[in-house]
Amino acid sequence: MKLTAPIAAVGRAAIDQVGDLGNFAVFTAQTFAWIFTDLTRWRLLRPVLYEVGVLSMPVIIFTGAFVGMVLAVQSYFQFDALGRASWSGAVINLSVVKELGPVLAGVMIAGRVGGALAASLGTMKVTEQIDAMRSLGADPIRHLVVPRFVACFVLIPFLTIYCDFVGILGGYFVTWGYGVDTYEYWQHSASVIENWDVFTGVLKSCFFGAAIALISCYKGFQSRMGAEGVGRAATEAFVVSFMAILLLDFFIVLLLQGIYDALWGRVAIFV
Amino acid sequence: MRSGGAWPSLCSRRAENGKTAMTSEAGKPNSKDEAAAGAPPEFLIRLEHVSKRFGRHTVFKDLSLGFRRGETTVVLGASGVGKSVLLKLILGLLEPTRGRIFVDGSEITHLSERQLVPVRKRFGMVFQGAALFDFMTVYENVAFGLKEHTDLPEGDVRRIVKQKLALVDMDGTQNLLPEQLSGGMRKRVGLARAIAMEPEVILYDEPTTGLDPVTADTINDLILRCQRELRTTGIMVTHDMASAFKVGDRLVLLYEGEAIADGRPDEIRRHPDVRVQRFITGNASLTAAPKT
Ligand SMILES: Nc1ncnc2c1ncn2[C@@H]1O[C@H](COP(=O)(O)OP(=O)(O)O)[C@@H](O)[C@H]1O
Ligand SMILES: [Mg+2]
Repeated sequence: MKLTAPIAAVGRAAIDQVGDLGNFAVFTAQTFAWIFTDLTRWRLLRPVLYEVGVLSMPVIIFTGAFVGMVLAVQSYFQFDALGRASWSGAVINLSVVKELGPVLAGVMIAGRVGGALAASLGTMKVTEQIDAMRSLGADPIRHLVVPRFVACFVLIPFLTIYCDFVGILGGYFVTWGYGVDTYEYWQHSASVIENWDVFTGVLKSCFFGAAIALISCYKGFQSRMGAEGVGRAATEAFVVSFMAILLLDFFIVLLLQGIYDALWGRVAIFV
Repeated sequence: MRSGGAWPSLCSRRAENGKTAMTSEAGKPNSKDEAAAGAPPEFLIRLEHVSKRFGRHTVFKDLSLGFRRGETTVVLGASGVGKSVLLKLILGLLEPTRGRIFVDGSEITHLSERQLVPVRKRFGMVFQGAALFDFMTVYENVAFGLKEHTDLPEGDVRRIVKQKLALVDMDGTQNLLPEQLSGGMRKRVGLARAIAMEPEVILYDEPTTGLDPVTADTINDLILRCQRELRTTGIMVTHDMASAFKVGDRLVLLYEGEAIADGRPDEIRRHPDVRVQRFITGNASLTAAPKT
């Protein structure tokens, strides 16, 4: 009895995790079913678009600007030591557009929007508003999850582009401050960065947005009773969204890099 | 029975059914679908050997209970005994661990969320904390069911909402948000939302808990008014004895997951079980039921 207890505990935890993943899959399927059967009504969507889009702008601008500036400081000295200060533009801008812009925008949105979504849906859960909606014969996924999903999915590419843009500007101003030649800086950046790089960065962000919305709404719906339960749901929404972003990022890059390699072969950036 | 013949019939089906209720004996187990048998079943809602567990915590072990048409049944019980769970089982918001639940003779126990919609449309539920949608105005809250299930033009919806709000003395608050209302006002709006679709059955989850005695009594009056004017079947769960004796045609006392008393208010008052007497007198140190 005593000896098997830990094994039983591990088994139970594993079953719980798998069961939770199964519930999450059903939740996701139901959300997609509603998106395709009845496109969200504007009345429900508008406040969520405002919440996700407009209210996220300050953190996105702040994040983008500082990431670009820090990258510029770090790379300027490296390239200046090689006597090629203007090459830093390629590294800064490529990093921002391919990786740091999308991932950091995603992380900021996971923190700001994901936590808020989980908290507001969690509050609705513990104050029985979700039960009330079901008791009125309405589907809470359709009324509550679908608009939030659509808002995140549609807006995150724009927020990412904004983050990229501000990051590029930030990097430029810092290197300009160090006296790097403007023409060469942009010239070198433009010759290295392809449409593909920008496109894949933005494409990734759509997956991040979908993951943030689904995970956060799911965590809100699963919230335990009480204020403590709601707080936990918000924290978990952020942590799990964050991990999902990193995981998705790795696998999407793996896939896209494979596709690029098959289509165009390998290109060296610095020759 | 309150909904007797004195009132003009608003809905012939319900008035008819009201007469057949309360005649036969209680609690006979009958597991086949009764709708096929022709005669309306004695109980509009019936729980049969229902058990409900959350993890290791057992709320109901083996509960069998029926609710008659046209009658207002008050289910009494201490906090945490499972009163809210009982109402949620009836609406299919929770699934029983074991046992079966019938509404109007057909089993609802394993219906999907979609299949439950027509069943739920026959019910209105007033939640414990009102559970108004916090991002919607009072008007949108009360209109929610109408917008979801009917194609009524906006003008008609507006008129119905106004009428229901007037019934609970809340006309004029249409454009307020729930956060701008007091607890008692929220409960009244919750009641208006529950009756907006004119349901056959209204479930009340502690409608007077947390209100001062006067506000609580106005809620009791509103419930009586709704029963009369809409001729509904009512199930109310509460631990407020004043409210129970005022609105109940029949009282049921839940104790540790079982119905230990079931009868008319006067029968419950004279109930020999000391646990029942403790509950209705609010005297924890009572050791024997008073002799009458
Ligand atoms: N969704 C749930 N998950 C886990 N436990 C629950 C849930 N709902 C109710 N319970 C438990 O069931 C018991 C009865 O709850 P409830 O019906 O709300 O009591 P009350 O009679 O006060 O309304 C409580 O112990 C509560 O903790
Ligand atoms: Mg309760």
